[in-house]
Amino acid sequence: MSSLAANSIILYLLVAVALVMLGLYGLLVLKDPIRRLIAINIMGSGTFLTMIAFARRQDPPDPILHALVVTGLVVAISATAFALRLILAARESREAATSGSTEAEDE
Amino acid sequence: MTVELLPDLVLCVLLLVVAWSALFASTRRDAMALFVAFGMIVALVWARLGAPDLALAEAAIGAGLTGVLLLRAARKLPVSSARRFDYRRHLGALTFIVVAVSGFAVSIILPSPADITANNIDSPVAAAMSDSGVSHQVTAVLLNFRAWDTFLELLVLLFAITGLRQLFPIEKESLEPARTWQLLVSWTRTLVPLLLLVGGYLLWRGSSGPGGAFQAGALLAAGCVMLRITGMLPPLHWSSFAVRGSVCAGTLLFLCTAVLTHSLGAGWLDYPEAHAGTLILMIETLATLSIAIILTLLVAGERKDLCS
Repeated sequence: MSSLAANSIILYLLVAVALVMLGLYGLLVLKDPIRRLIAINIMGSGTFLTMIAFARRQDPPDPILHALVVTGLVVAISATAFALRLILAARESREAATSGSTEAEDE
Repeated sequence: MTVELLPDLVLCVLLLVVAWSALFASTRRDAMALFVAFGMIVALVWARLGAPDLALAEAAIGAGLTGVLLLRAARKLPVSSARRFDYRRHLGALTFIVVAVSGFAVSIILPSPADITANNIDSPVAAAMSDSGVSHQVTAVLLNFRAWDTFLELLVLLFAITGLRQLFPIEKESLEPARTWQLLVSWTRTLVPLLLLVGGYLLWRGSSGPGGAFQAGALLAAGCVMLRITGMLPPLHWSSFAVRGSVCAGTLLFLCTAVLTHSLGAGWLDYPEAHAGTLILMIETLATLSIAIILTLLVAGERKDLCS
């Protein structure tokens, strides 16, 4: 694989910044919890993209950064799963609080 | 601007457009579908940036498992209320972001754009490869030079699964998806054996090329999730010893290795050179098992899986 030009590394770095900012914007503006989670994941992708773009500066790309991002991906999905469960649990407890004695309404 | 830059430009534009539409699609279902597409494009970007390990992991985890996770959770959430445009909120967010971006640009990019792309770091990894026990650099970093990262990452997975178990309310029984799409069943029958094969191959291949425990684990988890969703796999009861054992296996082997290498050899997780290759393969195999089962439970775990 031919080595990437410095221009394209800068391009990817700029896109990484844009992704982080886009995710942050979504996180601040959106209200749906699922979309907020997507926003956080997009921010994470921006961070990973920064690391991988920096790794590409060397001709065989820097394996340390690659390994860190592989680890990061798995941590990201476990955090996402935990966050989703938190969202659902919050929703369930709110339902339980509002429905009170009438347990008829079930999903 | 040369022709060389064209694929990068296309990928970058796609990335930004899909990210934007994943956030601001009109319905939540579209948003989630677009986020899966975003994961696939990110995988392409990793491939373009010379990171095949990551491309594999992202395609399996970022695009595959995260999508299933979101779609399954969204089933249980009510449809989000109509968005009303709040100018102050958007303006505030925009201002904040403009300030943050300009701060970033002023402090990092503007002073020395040449430094950013300068190729002046020598990799310590290449020099140490000969006594790592494997020939693929990323695997060597993950399981030898920075094995602590991987060990702690398995612990993170354990914490996630423990946390998940606490969050199931006790009394209400979650409803089983009664109807299973017939096409999904037949696809699962075809795909799962292939996933098993590719997962095993990636695990074995990890010592000399792109692949390894994470990618293999994610693929196996994808297979298990498909089986679990279609109901072909019975619930993985948390109380069964096999499930608990495989959840903890990777971490335990890591821990034993760490203690052994500390008491017999040079230091914590400092493998003896002669046995490094075998040790890494053993750890990777058990880590694959742990990652596969934990990811399956995280993605497709119902109450029956986790609390019985």
